[in-house]
Amino acid sequence: MSTAPLLRVDGVRAVYGDTVALHGVSLDIADNEFFALLGPSGCGKTTLLRSIAGFETPESGRIEVDGRDLLGMPPHKRPVNMMFQSYALFPHLSVERNIAYGLEAEGLPRAEVRRRVGEVMEVVGLGHLGRRRPAQLSGGQRQRVALARAIVKRPRLLLLDEPLSALDRQVRASMQLELKRLQHEVGLTFVVVTHDQEEAMSMADRIAVLREGHLEQLATPQELYANPATRFVASFIGTANLLDGSATTAGVEVPGVGAVAGTHRFAAGAPATAVVRPEDVELSPDAATASLRGTVVDTYFLGGASTISVEVPGVASPILASVHGASRLARGDVVGVRFGRAAVVAHDVPAASAAESDATDATAGAAGAAGAPQEEVSA
Amino acid sequence: MTSTLDRDAPAAPPTRVRRGLAPLPFLAPGMLFLIVFMAIPVGLLAFYTFFRRGRFGGIVFEFTLDNWVKLFEPLYVGVILQSIGLALVVTLLALAIGYPMAYAIAGLSPKWRTVALVAIVLPFWTNFLIRTYAWILLLNNAGWVNQWLQGLGITDEPISMLYTPQAIVVGLLYMYLPLMVLPLYASLQQLDPALREAATNLGATPWRAFRTVTLPLSLPGALTGCIFVFVPAMSNFVIPELIGGGKTIMVGNLVRDQFFEARDWPFGATLALLLTILLVLVILAQSAVSRRLTEGPRRG
Repeated sequence: MSTAPLLRVDGVRAVYGDTVALHGVSLDIADNEFFALLGPSGCGKTTLLRSIAGFETPESGRIEVDGRDLLGMPPHKRPVNMMFQSYALFPHLSVERNIAYGLEAEGLPRAEVRRRVGEVMEVVGLGHLGRRRPAQLSGGQRQRVALARAIVKRPRLLLLDEPLSALDRQVRASMQLELKRLQHEVGLTFVVVTHDQEEAMSMADRIAVLREGHLEQLATPQELYANPATRFVASFIGTANLLDGSATTAGVEVPGVGAVAGTHRFAAGAPATAVVRPEDVELSPDAATASLRGTVVDTYFLGGASTISVEVPGVASPILASVHGASRLARGDVVGVRFGRAAVVAHDVPAASAAESDATDATAGAAGAAGAPQEEVSA
Repeated sequence: MTSTLDRDAPAAPPTRVRRGLAPLPFLAPGMLFLIVFMAIPVGLLAFYTFFRRGRFGGIVFEFTLDNWVKLFEPLYVGVILQSIGLALVVTLLALAIGYPMAYAIAGLSPKWRTVALVAIVLPFWTNFLIRTYAWILLLNNAGWVNQWLQGLGITDEPISMLYTPQAIVVGLLYMYLPLMVLPLYASLQQLDPALREAATNLGATPWRAFRTVTLPLSLPGALTGCIFVFVPAMSNFVIPELIGGGKTIMVGNLVRDQFFEARDWPFGATLALLLTILLVLVILAQSAVSRRLTEGPRRG
């Protein structure tokens, strides 16, 4: 970012009793960005969001908006509004009064409050529901009220805590598009907290992947998918074949598989993992000439693409390959396997959780092809 | 808070269910209880109010409306109004003291919350007559309070505290304060903390957030607490008798005296029925108001 960031988080460390929720996280968010904080539960993403809003006080570090220190400011004075996961609509107030709440707290004249509430209700499509109480609304409508109540304040920064988690699948998909449209339309900076990588990938301009209080990688969705910085990011974003081995000058030497090409910065011989996306796995029906052979275990037809799960002797979990359209391969076929482009990450995961994420890759990965990343790897 | 799942569909029109006699077995025990312990006694009371008193108690079955007319004598109207006044003062004081207590308890950690709630309920494990006598020990002219006041040099002579209306208020307040704290605590404790955070996040100062969110949402609890205090305070006769020295008579005393001293059963029944009617009206009003508070204005 060449211009000064809108939000600067610098070395924020947060502690609850004995557990460290954030180990000195730093990141910048630019004006007008749609930013996602992504990670499994307990990764610290909600703590960071609540620290920005002022509901948690970090032990150390700085949080600035437009260069102004936020941490010294009481929560009600921060130029930041939040949409709560539970929506936290005031049950005793009508939709209109809910939306007007923040403007009334500012002490704006009544006419202006009414005008702005009316405008924002049009924007989110609540025009006719002004007099209802929250209990008389559907889940999607409540979400719109929560959103309207936050954006009517025209904050510098809009925080959204798991904005779509309370909605069912179909409503969620359309709300994703709508949130993105709204972000353009109202020209606000959005910071979304989510555990759903699909949600983050489809909406955000940039994503910060958090894990156990550490920032693992901050990049665009495309970059995260193509060049994961860590093994965790590789397994958390999309579906991946993780092939553990040791680094060579040309890539990774994987036991049972052979050399997998990929560029990296590791010293030769260092433990490394090759990350191969299913669409970069090439299967050939002509097994005889192939250097690496496997047996088809299952095929999953997903409309536009098929995922094929192949068992390769010597490799613990089946290799997933993705092909366009339907596949003529069937269970039991012997195929040649060739790995195309691989990203290389350090083999740095503790044994227990590595085994666990391998297992989830194999099972959850099968359900979603590479084109449609699975919903949540570490469930 | 409401769960979002079951309310997702906008309220469907209520389906008409043919009730018939099917629920009767389930209702019967409750109905039986109500009939035996409520409907029959109140019916008897109502029946007695239309007859003349016997010479030494009991009833003479000659129809009369005298008992109802007698209610309007200034003496009795005064006692009734005084009872209402005392009960109101007790209720308001209980609200003023109980709200901060309940608010503080709801903000404690779960462990200390339990401790505080047990402490609030603990007095109920002692017989209330004994607890009332304890107040006599505390408040009489040679009692502990006066000894302390003089010992500390605040007063030279004992202040007569016992046998005053103020003493009755203190006694009733002491007796029924927990009944205010508990429903208030329940309604404050179940408030989603995110609501207060949302108010703060939208720019409300802590006081404004309390005034516009916490307070209105705890009103149903406050109303319940007020009823829990007002109803028994209004009909109590032991405390006015023991701590009030029988000088300040409340409706409860009056009823008791009519039956046991004046031996005017029909008039006692009339007073008792009046008290019952008044309290039922208060409770009905409370439930109507609290329904409106929780559900909002009715919509077609």
